[in-house]
Amino acid sequence: MFPTFFYELRKAGVPVSLKEYLALMEAMQAGVAGFQVEDFYYLSRAILVKDERNLDKFDRVFGHVFKGLEGCAATTLEELYAQIPADWLKKLAEKLLTEEEKAQIEALGGWEKLMETLAQRLAEQKERHQGGSKWVGTAGTSPFGAYGYNPEGVRIGQDGSRNRRAVKVWDKREFRNLDDQVELGTRNIKVALRRLRKFARTGAAEILDLPDTITSTARNAGYLDIKMVPERHNAVKVLLFLDVGGSMDDHIRLCEELFSAARTEFKHLEYFYFHNCVYEGVWKDNRRRHAEKTSVWDVIHTYGPDYKLVFVGDAAMSPYEIVQPGGSVEHWNEEAGIVWLERLLAHYKHAIWLNPTQERFWGYTQSIQMLRQAMGGRMYPLTLEGLDAGMRELGH
Amino acid sequence: MTRFEGTKDYVATDDLRVAVNAALVLQRPLLVKGEPGTGKTVLAQEVAKALGKPLLSWHIKSTTKAQQGLYEYDAVSRLRDSQLGDPRVSDIRNYIRKGKLWEAFAADSAPVLLIDEVDKADIEFPNDLLLELDRMEFFVYETGETVKARQRPVVIITSNNEKELPDAFLRRCFFHYIRFPDAETMQKIVDVHFPDLKQELLREALTLFYEVRETPGLKKKPSTSELLDWIKLLLVEDMTPETLRQRDPKKLIPPLHGALLKNEQDVHLFERLAFLARRQGG
Repeated sequence: MFPTFFYELRKAGVPVSLKEYLALMEAMQAGVAGFQVEDFYYLSRAILVKDERNLDKFDRVFGHVFKGLEGCAATTLEELYAQIPADWLKKLAEKLLTEEEKAQIEALGGWEKLMETLAQRLAEQKERHQGGSKWVGTAGTSPFGAYGYNPEGVRIGQDGSRNRRAVKVWDKREFRNLDDQVELGTRNIKVALRRLRKFARTGAAEILDLPDTITSTARNAGYLDIKMVPERHNAVKVLLFLDVGGSMDDHIRLCEELFSAARTEFKHLEYFYFHNCVYEGVWKDNRRRHAEKTSVWDVIHTYGPDYKLVFVGDAAMSPYEIVQPGGSVEHWNEEAGIVWLERLLAHYKHAIWLNPTQERFWGYTQSIQMLRQAMGGRMYPLTLEGLDAGMRELGH
Repeated sequence: MTRFEGTKDYVATDDLRVAVNAALVLQRPLLVKGEPGTGKTVLAQEVAKALGKPLLSWHIKSTTKAQQGLYEYDAVSRLRDSQLGDPRVSDIRNYIRKGKLWEAFAADSAPVLLIDEVDKADIEFPNDLLLELDRMEFFVYETGETVKARQRPVVIITSNNEKELPDAFLRRCFFHYIRFPDAETMQKIVDVHFPDLKQELLREALTLFYEVRETPGLKKKPSTSELLDWIKLLLVEDMTPETLRQRDPKKLIPPLHGALLKNEQDVHLFERLAFLARRQGG
């Protein structure tokens, strides 16, 4: 019924499958939507979209497919209308208008004149609302000319017919800010992090230990002797160092996702923040970063070498910040960043650096090359593949 | 089949109505997401009320396993009973405890089954329920019987987005995202809950509420349920519209803000803003 719609959705990156498409057909057959276009919009949205992040894409596709405008780049109602050629409108109007109405148009000064009046009125209205001028330029192919078939068509601005209201529903694009092309969903991160899991039994005894129960019962002359063991828990310990501020601002969302995924996935997760490169102090609370610093020595002494060390940072900085004492942009550091990095690496055998910058750009930044070398090549892009490779490295 | 049109205690927007009806007619589970406090859980109760069906709620916790929704076999008490020579032991059925899903499948008239906060559970939880929700049947290994739904229950699943749900699971559900209501809908909602609220007070309260919501940088924006609580408090404290209208910089924090702002950092943010406003004023 709507194969174009289906393929356009797929092309726009809304993950719809045949199953959902068939469900939509089924719903149409069952008459859920009735014959109103809004209902059809709501119905297809409920069936085809499964994530609020895709709602905006859906709205866009719905808008252009059901307008019959293929692949137009319009993002607003005005632009969309502006792409309807005037001739087409004129023909349509001629087809729909009665002789009487045509006469009325003539009385107003003919079609051209009517269009002009319309454009003028719209321009006035526009200025009052937005003060836009670019829009008036395109008004020659007047969008609202579509309503020209109504001899009282000058009322355009206040037109409140059902259809127009319906158009607004998806053209409002209320879900715009929920759309965020994240390469890595929290779920994906979690699945990748699972590679790191190592199970051990800790905590309260709560599950039945069958082999032990059987042995004990046998030893107990057949009288039941139930033995319990603690449940298995993930015992891997992770120390996470996150770069904050500066060039990392672009990657905050990605890092937050990684962090929230890591946090629920590991029982022992300690995190610290640093800026650009690790120096003698790291901190836990960004707002009090200058007041409450933890010495890196304390970190090394507190968390044993069985912790796995994960740096997250874009490693983009001036090379001085790495090799030069006093090179830090924030404070005077007695020892160079590289010294501190090497200290950490000497203590923690399992360490990786996750870099949110795309791998193909790494070669162009000297500091990335330097840190990659310092990490012994253990720098991975913050993508699913990179995370997977990184976790495998940590698991060795 | 009866259709859902909202109830007198619940304002259902058009899109929500269509989504619920689609799920009812095609008998698919409906997944409801949205900001906390926009009425996801209440929806299931209201759907049950509107359709005159019983409601079964299965609240998911981080330790909930999919199997618990089907049934649990209490092997330990059976072992114990066998030691004591209890006659019940011979029938394994005595030790199988039905879960919510089984209850829903076995009910005489199709109930509304609410699976609340599905995202709280382990990441594999939704995958373990795929077949059960799709075919509405499952197999009991201990007794060798297959439990089949007598009527397909209306399944409503809510999620707070703490975890992403697997694609295969999503494909089997219909989805509705409860958007934060606009001022017009919000007024309707408040009217439903407080029918004799003074219009003036309501207008002031709503203005203030949307102002608070629009403050940039809030960790947790107040939502519908918080607004309702707040209005309840305003009524108890007998606040006048004038108190709310006061735009005294010293009182930038709205009265009884505890009902609206649930996060210490947000209250701090407001205090800081109030401080700045005071400094500018003085």
